[in-house]
Amino acid sequence: MHRTHVKVLEDVLDANGTIARANRADFDREGVTVVNLMGSPGAGKTTVLEQAVGNLPGVRVGVLEGDVKGSFDADRIAALHVPVTQINTDPSFGGECHLDANMVRSAVPMLPLAEIDLLVIENVGNLVCPAEFQVGEHARVMVTSVTEGEDKPLKYPLMFRACELVLVNKLDLLPHLDFDLDKLLYHLDAVHPGVRHIELSAKTGEGTEAWRDWLVEVATHGHVHA
Amino acid sequence: MHELSIASAIVATAERHAGGSPVSVVRVRVGRLRQVVPDSLEFCFGMVARESVCEGARLELEIIPAVLRCAACEHEWELEEPPFWCPACAGGDVAAVRGEELEVDSIEIEEDACIART
Repeated sequence: MHRTHVKVLEDVLDANGTIARANRADFDREGVTVVNLMGSPGAGKTTVLEQAVGNLPGVRVGVLEGDVKGSFDADRIAALHVPVTQINTDPSFGGECHLDANMVRSAVPMLPLAEIDLLVIENVGNLVCPAEFQVGEHARVMVTSVTEGEDKPLKYPLMFRACELVLVNKLDLLPHLDFDLDKLLYHLDAVHPGVRHIELSAKTGEGTEAWRDWLVEVATHGHVHA
Repeated sequence: MHELSIASAIVATAERHAGGSPVSVVRVRVGRLRQVVPDSLEFCFGMVARESVCEGARLELEIIPAVLRCAACEHEWELEEPPFWCPACAGGDVAAVRGEELEVDSIEIEEDACIART
């Protein structure tokens, strides 16, 4: 036996990237803009979606729900008469903590791409893993909330950098918390200088108009304006 | 625990380049801007390598420092921790020059000495 050195120089997530590009090509062919919605469990991803996707002016929306288990979120979206497709990352217990391009690929045949202009993919609730896996999206949005602490951007820089828009949710709770919103925004700018953010309350509706406008803009132009 | 997915992808990549020979070392370059936990990756690698050509292989991780470049003043610096603002001009239009790597650099395979490679 002898040892041979083999040069590889290959991106570890190359296979995921290839499938993500195939997904993207399918979305582009059908003229569908895709937004990957990420954030920690309980930040309010489904609630901000509920606020936004019903009757978006001039934009037909579809939703792809990614969850480890269950269709609780999909049921909430379906109640708004928005087409929704569910992916579970594991059929039993303890599935993957993120969506990857292949999971989205498996859902593509079930998506009504010809009947929608905008597809929002709600990722598995997690502040680490989803940021590493592109799924074929045009834009990424992350939801954080004022109950999560001002230091989250410093603790999870990759997630806060891997997005074009940050939604700061649960503004209605500010009077009850020792939360310093300016400090959060300072930390956000420190890890992702200049990133757009929208402060909102999915409960009272405050700020949701700006979020809806952003979705309409993205769906109309197919990308995010700097 | 995305390290499990990453470890599986590393094993698949190594397998593709090993030509069926047993792999003894896998070298992976991990940029500091990636959120990969080395201990966790090594643990998962050992697990997913079982019953593959990578079984028993050593995973060598080279951690690549984060180097940023400012678009406004062209200053380059090594980032230890946030903020990402340019230390020279305080600009925010910065891009990573290095530190986002996640790649299999090379592998060592064990081959029978009597078989000539063409």
